[in-house]
Amino acid sequence: MDTEKTAAIATPFHVRDCALITLATGVRAISLRELAEGARRVELGSIYHHFWGRLLQPMFDEPEYNNDFASWAYWALHDKTAAERLSMIDPTEYGDIEELRQVLVDTIEARLDESGQLIWAPADSQFHFLQSQIVVLPTQHSVAEPGELAGLLPTLPAGSIYYHFIDARRRTAASLDDFSAWLSESPGDHAALLDRLGGIDPFFSSLQYIREMLAQVFHEHYAGGAR
Amino acid sequence: MSDLLTSYEAIVGRDVIGHLEHLAQPLAGRRVVHVNSTKEGGGVAEILHKMVPLMRALGIETEWHVITGSPEFYQCTKTFHNALQGNHTAPREQQLAAYEEANAAFAAEYGAQLVEADFVFIHDPQPAAVIKHLPARRGKWVWRCHIDIGSPYRQVWRYLYRKVVNFDASIFSLPEFSRRLPHAQYIIPPSIDPLSEKNIDLPAGEIRGVIDQFGLDPERPLVLQVSRFDRFKDPIGVIEAAQLARKFAPLQLVLAGGGASDDPEGAAVLAEVKQAAADDPDTHILLLPPDAHRTINALQRAADVVVQKSLKEGFGLTVTEALWKGKPVIGGDVGGIRLQITDHYTGFLVRTPEGAALRMRYLLHRRDKLKSMGERAHRHVLENFLLTRHLRDYLALMLGLVNSTTDRLLVGINHGRY
Repeated sequence: MDTEKTAAIATPFHVRDCALITLATGVRAISLRELAEGARRVELGSIYHHFWGRLLQPMFDEPEYNNDFASWAYWALHDKTAAERLSMIDPTEYGDIEELRQVLVDTIEARLDESGQLIWAPADSQFHFLQSQIVVLPTQHSVAEPGELAGLLPTLPAGSIYYHFIDARRRTAASLDDFSAWLSESPGDHAALLDRLGGIDPFFSSLQYIREMLAQVFHEHYAGGAR
Repeated sequence: MSDLLTSYEAIVGRDVIGHLEHLAQPLAGRRVVHVNSTKEGGGVAEILHKMVPLMRALGIETEWHVITGSPEFYQCTKTFHNALQGNHTAPREQQLAAYEEANAAFAAEYGAQLVEADFVFIHDPQPAAVIKHLPARRGKWVWRCHIDIGSPYRQVWRYLYRKVVNFDASIFSLPEFSRRLPHAQYIIPPSIDPLSEKNIDLPAGEIRGVIDQFGLDPERPLVLQVSRFDRFKDPIGVIEAAQLARKFAPLQLVLAGGGASDDPEGAAVLAEVKQAAADDPDTHILLLPPDAHRTINALQRAADVVVQKSLKEGFGLTVTEALWKGKPVIGGDVGGIRLQITDHYTGFLVRTPEGAALRMRYLLHRRDKLKSMGERAHRHVLENFLLTRHLRDYLALMLGLVNSTTDRLLVGINHGRY
């Protein structure tokens, strides 16, 4: 272990956890047209919730579609074309949620123009626009140097992964995850590790998979001793 | 740490308990009161039996009171229950008077404590009118609705709406169950308690004892539905499904249920069910007392397949219990059952007795699928539907209510960005 570099890193990384508490907005949709109208009306937090908050909701490791709008288009409307197109909206490509909202609405309206018919969901399968509050908590874990994350990451709860790898992107001006931000501010050359972290897709995965990928990247990078 | 928290830590892990301790820290010493309408029977009472001591173990002063009333009061609230789930029925004037009277009497008896409480959780419609008798209340009042009111009978909902609008927030189990209200509507699914008599691990001998007690054949497949004898649980449909499936598999059906003290309709439904099963020696109707938790636990563990073929369902805690015990569940495609059963993954969602029969036959034939679905079912509950997650959501909600409307709350964090 390079003790000189380790000593030079002054700021420890305090691992945090979070919980999302979900709220109904009262806005519902029973067709794609109503989905577009709802997406225009709801607060931006609701758009964010349906792209990202779903990662902390009860689900299995391999969701078929990547956001709630796409899932609903498939399961409630049986409109696979709409589901596929909505699923390809990648929120990390857009600078802010307002831009993401516009892309979402455009995608839905393009499908409406194309299909020429309005499909209705069953009355008990409407889309409910939700939003969430995030509660951030400390954990017992903190690390003084990056190599320690290799052992710690596999044990972290999903809430920690969400907070540091997903939520961080809307907290920071550079839209970085916390691990990358910390490495960037830490003494030493972390370019190779940062590059690999940047290659982990935060959106097309479950939190469990992201945790595995993060652990693997740190483990492989530090295999044989901290650099 | 209290012994109670230590015992949960053994199941859910240190991080989950640490999470609860951090959330509870700013709420230490606050006073919480829960109010519902029965101490025994039904999912609400079961949750409160453990939620209350857990809140206390985390340093929150927590009380639980039960509203009671005349037979007309219970008939009124049962009618509310049915109407809120969509039946076109409404209480008579005399029953409404009994409802208002019971709520007024409760407010008179417990008013001093309720007015001073920091948080009051009113469960379901039975005590919802208490709030209007206590205009001097100083804490946050939350209406916790455990039932599906997504498509209520409007006449009854209008009556209850006038009570519910007075609350500071509502909680619904699923977004589909919520109504438009002029306050925050939180979505919190309920949970089961892994340490309760109904869910703890049991010795094999005890399970075998229950099989023998009810004259069941340990060598033949057992299909089970546990629920109140209530038309919304479709016990007749389950009997039909078992009769259809029995052409292919020599299964035994057990319908096990208890009456809740606030459900006057149970006896009538039980009579209908007994009549439907009268000539069927392989259908066993078990009317169990409200405290038969270990018996139900043993039956769920003894079962090969569990059914919950509800036509309407709030959440369906019996589904959660069965999934926790590693049993795939054949459930009605309604309400909270949809949140718990992922079709072909933790069980099957069905709409007809024929659909239930098909899935019974499949699971009893494909034991490999039965086993793998059961393993996923257990993990799904561990991660999402245990009491510790439910308590976490309540604590987060309480913090949210006292920290205005900000969408980001930092609890116990005083340093740095990460």
